[in-house]
Amino acid sequence: MTDQTTNSIAFVADGNIPQSPPPARETGAVKWIRANLFSSWGNSLLTIAAGLVIYMVLSGAVPWMWNGVWTTSSLSECREVLAGEVGACFSVLSERWNQLLFGFQYPSDQYWRPTLAFLLLFVAGAPVLFFDLPRKLLAFTAIYPFLAFYLIWGGTLMAPIVAFLGVAAAAFVFQTYGKGSFALGFFGAIIAAFAVWFVGGALIPEGASEEAMLQAVPSRDLGGFMLNLMLGVTCVSLSVPLGIALALGRQSNMPLIKWICIIFIEFVRGVPLITLLFVASVMLSYFFPPDSTVDLFLRVVIMITMFSAAYIAEVIRGGLAALPKGQYEAADSLGLDYPQAMRLIILPQALKISIPGIVNVAVGLFKDTTLVSVISMFDLVGMIRGPILASTEWAGVYWELLGAAALLFFVVCYGISQYSQWLERRLATDHH
Amino acid sequence: MSTLTDPPKDSFRLSMLINDTRYRSLTFQALAFLAMALSFWYLGNNLVANLRAAGLNINFGFLGDTAGYDISQKLVEYSNQDSHSSAAFVGLLNTLLVAFLACITATVFGVVAGVLRLSKNWLVSKLMAFYVEIFRNIPVLIWIIIIFTIMTAFMPAPRAFRGDNATATMVFDAFAFTNRGIYTPLPWFSRGIFESQTLNWVLVLLVACGSWFAARRVNVWATAKQEETGERPNTLSMLLGIWLVPFVILMLIMGLSWEYPALKGFNFQGGIKVGGPLIALWFALSIYTGAFIAENVRAGIQAVSKGQTEAAAALGLRPSKVMNLVVLPQALRIIIPPLISQYLNITKNSSLAIVVGYADITATLGGITLNQTGRAIECVLLLMAFYLTASLLISLVMNVYNASVKLKER
Amino acid sequence: MSELAIEREIDRTKMSVSDEVAIQITGMNKWYGQFHVLRDINLTVNRGERIVIAGPSGSGKSTMIRCLNALEEHQEGQIIVDGTELTSDLKNIDKIRSEVGMCFQHFNLFPHLTILENCTLAPIWVRKTAKKEAEELAMHFLEKVKIPEQAHKYPGMLSGGQQQRVAIARSLCMKPRIMLFDEPTSALDPEMIKEVLDTMIELAEEGMTMLCVTHEMGFARQVANRVIFMADGQIVEQNEPEEFFNNPQSERTQQFLSQILGH
Repeated sequence: MTDQTTNSIAFVADGNIPQSPPPARETGAVKWIRANLFSSWGNSLLTIAAGLVIYMVLSGAVPWMWNGVWTTSSLSECREVLAGEVGACFSVLSERWNQLLFGFQYPSDQYWRPTLAFLLLFVAGAPVLFFDLPRKLLAFTAIYPFLAFYLIWGGTLMAPIVAFLGVAAAAFVFQTYGKGSFALGFFGAIIAAFAVWFVGGALIPEGASEEAMLQAVPSRDLGGFMLNLMLGVTCVSLSVPLGIALALGRQSNMPLIKWICIIFIEFVRGVPLITLLFVASVMLSYFFPPDSTVDLFLRVVIMITMFSAAYIAEVIRGGLAALPKGQYEAADSLGLDYPQAMRLIILPQALKISIPGIVNVAVGLFKDTTLVSVISMFDLVGMIRGPILASTEWAGVYWELLGAAALLFFVVCYGISQYSQWLERRLATDHH
Repeated sequence: MSTLTDPPKDSFRLSMLINDTRYRSLTFQALAFLAMALSFWYLGNNLVANLRAAGLNINFGFLGDTAGYDISQKLVEYSNQDSHSSAAFVGLLNTLLVAFLACITATVFGVVAGVLRLSKNWLVSKLMAFYVEIFRNIPVLIWIIIIFTIMTAFMPAPRAFRGDNATATMVFDAFAFTNRGIYTPLPWFSRGIFESQTLNWVLVLLVACGSWFAARRVNVWATAKQEETGERPNTLSMLLGIWLVPFVILMLIMGLSWEYPALKGFNFQGGIKVGGPLIALWFALSIYTGAFIAENVRAGIQAVSKGQTEAAAALGLRPSKVMNLVVLPQALRIIIPPLISQYLNITKNSSLAIVVGYADITATLGGITLNQTGRAIECVLLLMAFYLTASLLISLVMNVYNASVKLKER
Repeated sequence: MSELAIEREIDRTKMSVSDEVAIQITGMNKWYGQFHVLRDINLTVNRGERIVIAGPSGSGKSTMIRCLNALEEHQEGQIIVDGTELTSDLKNIDKIRSEVGMCFQHFNLFPHLTILENCTLAPIWVRKTAKKEAEELAMHFLEKVKIPEQAHKYPGMLSGGQQQRVAIARSLCMKPRIMLFDEPTSALDPEMIKEVLDTMIELAEEGMTMLCVTHEMGFARQVANRVIFMADGQIVEQNEPEEFFNNPQSERTQQFLSQILGH
């Protein structure tokens, strides 16, 4: 403090007080430990209890993992090598990793295909997840579904090309006519897509899949962690547009449309996913034309998509509700019609604030893809519970297998939720 | 949109169906209805054709047929000679049982973990964050399987308790942890007022309700006294008396006794058996959902702004009063709605019982009954109807709660 | 709000009122449920008029101008804007909305679009103007409201006064013949009110037909050619500003003026 002893009211600071370090007792490790671990009697007890818990877990897990055996070919050999000591039998992972990742029927010389599709997923997903990347990358995102389909299922290259051309035709029609009238563009796009698919489908020669460059792999041969990833990615991406439509429908002031959406959303949210999977496995085929064969994978995709669409619709409804009413009014007062206002003003903003919520739904859904093991699909959990634990070599290797499955899911889900939190922080500070 | 008073009737043109706000929405709804009716007609047509081809029909008569399978975990009398509908009823009660138990324990886990996560103790809060992240990011199905594996593969078999060189012993001679489940003593009344044990328990419940009402009266009285005089009378001893005295007297009159489980032959007899599948499901659901509840609790407490705490402290309230009078009432408003939807999730996730062979409604009606009778459509529809009813009831509770605590704002 | 002195000379030469009718409201009534918000409103606005609508909050003044571009629907009566009757026909509504510009209390700029995109959006999508042309037009009006240098920023980076001026420019890009202002300065800090009022004065000087709901009595005195006082959903009094302020007739007007001006 400067000279303030004279008892006058007038005071002018005659200099700057320099920064100085705090007193020594306010810094250092000891201070930190005392403040954070032993600040009070109860707190010290808590610290000791927590320390004990950590010690117990580590003392069990560390030697088990440290002594782990990686190179034997059955559990009994593991036991011989360990000779009574505590230790894991990780050999099951080194021997059966391919089954855990790809299922037990995917041709083993073709593993590079799903692997490549998986790696490309990051390239395709990046521009959607990170806004700063150049928008041109979205072109690859648009091609990716067809490319991944071709890589994973193989068969004739014509099929994905025709599918892509249909979508491209739809996009073109929508771009051309959608600006004038949304309805014209929208329905025109649907007609264009179906026309291309119909003509293209007729052009694909019978039996083209047999002499294809990439060997065709039927859906029932898919399995392992790959199946979980495929179901998760496919269903989430399909359910976002459906969820948007449902959310807008639920906000509509047309009672019939509003009630259709409400009943659908509340019905789906009210039943467990497993009952919907039962529908996919035993009931859905009754609703397709009698002579059609829709394989189980597709039926499961349909049901899971409906399931996640209902949840995503609720997230987006929250985003729509969070927008100030003034945005709708400003759009109205400029003369924009409903599709224009939604497309240009409302949805871009509502979707942006909904992304963290959508990501949470996606994480939940990805975890729920393990339920397909109940309807005898061999996903990661299905592989463990079925072929691997039932085999004579590996019956009884519980911890190693379940731990590996848990670890795989943890890495993916934790990664996604960290992304979601990063995004939430970013959106909170964003100017636009 | 704008409407005017009765326009001249003769001026109706076809283009008004699209351009006039009065008719536009009707046009769209008519189109939507048409599209829906068409798709329902198409799906229904396929269904009829497929059922005819398979020689099936939709008929719920199978519910009266003999089920023919046993259920080990049951709350009511049931034998394999009973009908499919009674098997479904046993399953329904089992679903409600595991959901109820899991809701209670999940709340306990969640509240403890959520509060500890906000603890000033660095180690404890990090440990709780670890718990939350680990359990939230791994599918509940894997947790159920892990815990079921611990129950079945790592617990001793009942015969390990036998003989002089037994490898396992009972805890306090009352609890047996085996790979078939946990056996605990069963309380029963030797001089029961009623013949039936169930009625005796109902009596106990009634007495407890009476105590609860009395305790409420005491609280109301204490509050009135506080408002009148400014001093709140100490009601602790009174409340203790109200809860304990009638209960103890009742127990003494009816002669409360315990039936201990004992090893007979290859298995334990007597006491209560809590089956391994039930425990696995119960514990896995609790600890998984507990992680989510912990996050809700933490968010709820943190959402009460620091300003509220400071304002209360500035008024001179002690920290415990700040918590009780200012923070908790506000935090509960935020915590309870997601808590109830977590209860809904527990109820729905309990359908995973089928994986560990716990006979809930999904495993009985949607599993064995469906496979035995081949009545897929009927079984799945009934199953959905049950879960939908349960969900709607829980949502109803939530709406009633939300309406009752809504902040009185303009 | 206090009376704000507008220092500069106001050029009234172009502020002439023609005989042509821009807006005609006859017998308009509106209810919110049971609540009668607008009661038998009759109003004729000629081209070039600058009308200030004043009144206590809840008097229905915002609702009235929001009815003029169908943001609110009226249940009875007739509204004719620029020769087009406001009916339930979407074509008429669209026509009127593209003729009538509107500025809101909270600006309602689109936060996910840049200033320039905010201004070009409606010309491109509603008027079907070419993008380049729309951008030139937008820059012209941004210069007019004196913030061309902000064109590539986002609304969140601008001050309130700047945002409101962008909102005015955004409306002008649709080349409206009538401008509605719904309390354009109420959400602004005092030092920013002036810049928005200056913009509005310039508009008036160019002969724009304007209806302003505002508490800025200085603006009313100097720019308006007519002040309308509303209370309880009715037009209670209307007069030229001098007469209105110096010689209010109705008791409710006197009371309102004494509250808003007297300190």
